[in-house]
Amino acid sequence: MRPFDYVRAEDTGSATEAARGGATFIAGGTNLLDLMKLEVMAPDRLVDITRLDLGAIERTEVGGLRIGALVTNADLAAHGTVRRNYPVLSRALLAGASGQLRNKATTGGNLLQRTRCHYFYDTSQSCNKREPGSGCAALGGINRIHAILGASEHCIATHPSDMAVALLALDAEVETETADGARRMRPLADLHRLPGDAPDRETVLADGELITAVVLPSAPRGHQAYRKARDRASYAFALVSLASVVAVENGRIARASLAFGGLAPKPWRDPEVEATLIGEVPSEELFDRAADVLLREAKGHGHNDFKIPLTRRVLKAALREAAGMEKPA
Amino acid sequence: MQVDLTVNGVRHALDLDPRVTLLDALRHDLGLTGSKKGCDHGQCGACTVLVNGRRINACLALAVMHEGDEITTVEGLGEPGALHPLQAAFVTHDGFQCGYCTPGQVVSACGMLGEVREGWPSHVSVDLEGPVDLSDVEISERMSGNLCRCAAYTGINEAIREASAKSEAAE
Repeated sequence: MRPFDYVRAEDTGSATEAARGGATFIAGGTNLLDLMKLEVMAPDRLVDITRLDLGAIERTEVGGLRIGALVTNADLAAHGTVRRNYPVLSRALLAGASGQLRNKATTGGNLLQRTRCHYFYDTSQSCNKREPGSGCAALGGINRIHAILGASEHCIATHPSDMAVALLALDAEVETETADGARRMRPLADLHRLPGDAPDRETVLADGELITAVVLPSAPRGHQAYRKARDRASYAFALVSLASVVAVENGRIARASLAFGGLAPKPWRDPEVEATLIGEVPSEELFDRAADVLLREAKGHGHNDFKIPLTRRVLKAALREAAGMEKPA
Repeated sequence: MQVDLTVNGVRHALDLDPRVTLLDALRHDLGLTGSKKGCDHGQCGACTVLVNGRRINACLALAVMHEGDEITTVEGLGEPGALHPLQAAFVTHDGFQCGYCTPGQVVSACGMLGEVREGWPSHVSVDLEGPVDLSDVEISERMSGNLCRCAAYTGINEAIREASAKSEAAE
């Protein structure tokens, strides 16, 4: 690990002030310290935000939920209101990482975790995300875990979070604070950037901008579920995952919030897929049409070609479950 | 920099580089070598300790960030002649072969049983809000952050189930 200055912040103002000019915030540290040991990340200054008062889960005035950025993944998954009203979020959190990591990892940090692309982690390989302009070794390499949607010729890494996928399906917003004290709310859908020609820039956050909370609207109507296809039954990142909130009313689909993990450089939600479904009578043909729309621009890179049919199956299985339909023989 | 760490109920004043992980502080500076360094990347669980009663990977924690926390290592759970019920159950059920992962398994199981007592669901729980039935499938899921290269999982599961049943019977 490279040497760094360590600053323990006492409040959000001193944290964002200390982070002016390119420091890195640390909370759970489960991904950051891993990357610092490998010298993939080498911040000059770490600002410890764990003493900040950002650990509460509170009801909002409009019946939603405000989740402090320092709430651990374990506490969030086990929270009574989350289990009862936002089960897709509990399920996504519990499908990720291990018991030890969930006890340390935080809500804000989970959103900002880095890709698990092997070439990003291996400093002997080219990687435009780690070293802009050096190339992408994943394109011609082992790319089984890589993106089929939203990638570019410069980077095909995926965003690894399960939690963020569920939050996206729940229409979460992200609250931040900047060094000048300004507070800002953004839809989670706008937090992460697609790689384009600058895969090193993963979010729209400014230097020193601190995530202070994630805010959920009131509990949505409909069936909530999280499906995750992965190589091991536990403690493995998603190959394909799907957070779904689907309501069928009077025989027709009234709501279909569908967010995918493992497919793209950011948690992926496609309004055209949802528009294809809403107002229609559930059927195998309809679900196939929705999958066609979702996968219209899907591009495999060899080892990950299987994700295209796998995504179709995961989507159709989730929609069948929500509509109470049996799998056809 | 100066750091006060409370480990197994004893307060220690240490002078540490900010880069020192909690695991290295425990092993190198305090001589508590029960917590093991396996992968050093949070994948194997051999370094598991309790911080304020919660299990974490000590390899993915900076010691300076844990000032004021109550840290418990395997040495704090029990010792020869006065084993913790989980340690005794691991012996009874052959919950190990080489033993390298064992301190992490024992401490992790201790933290995990605390989570079960609080009613936390897991990925394999059918009902998010129902009572936890500590089946083999539940134990395996909840212990998936602890790897055993000797694959002593059968004995590990039996040991954890017995220790859990005994502590329930004692309540």
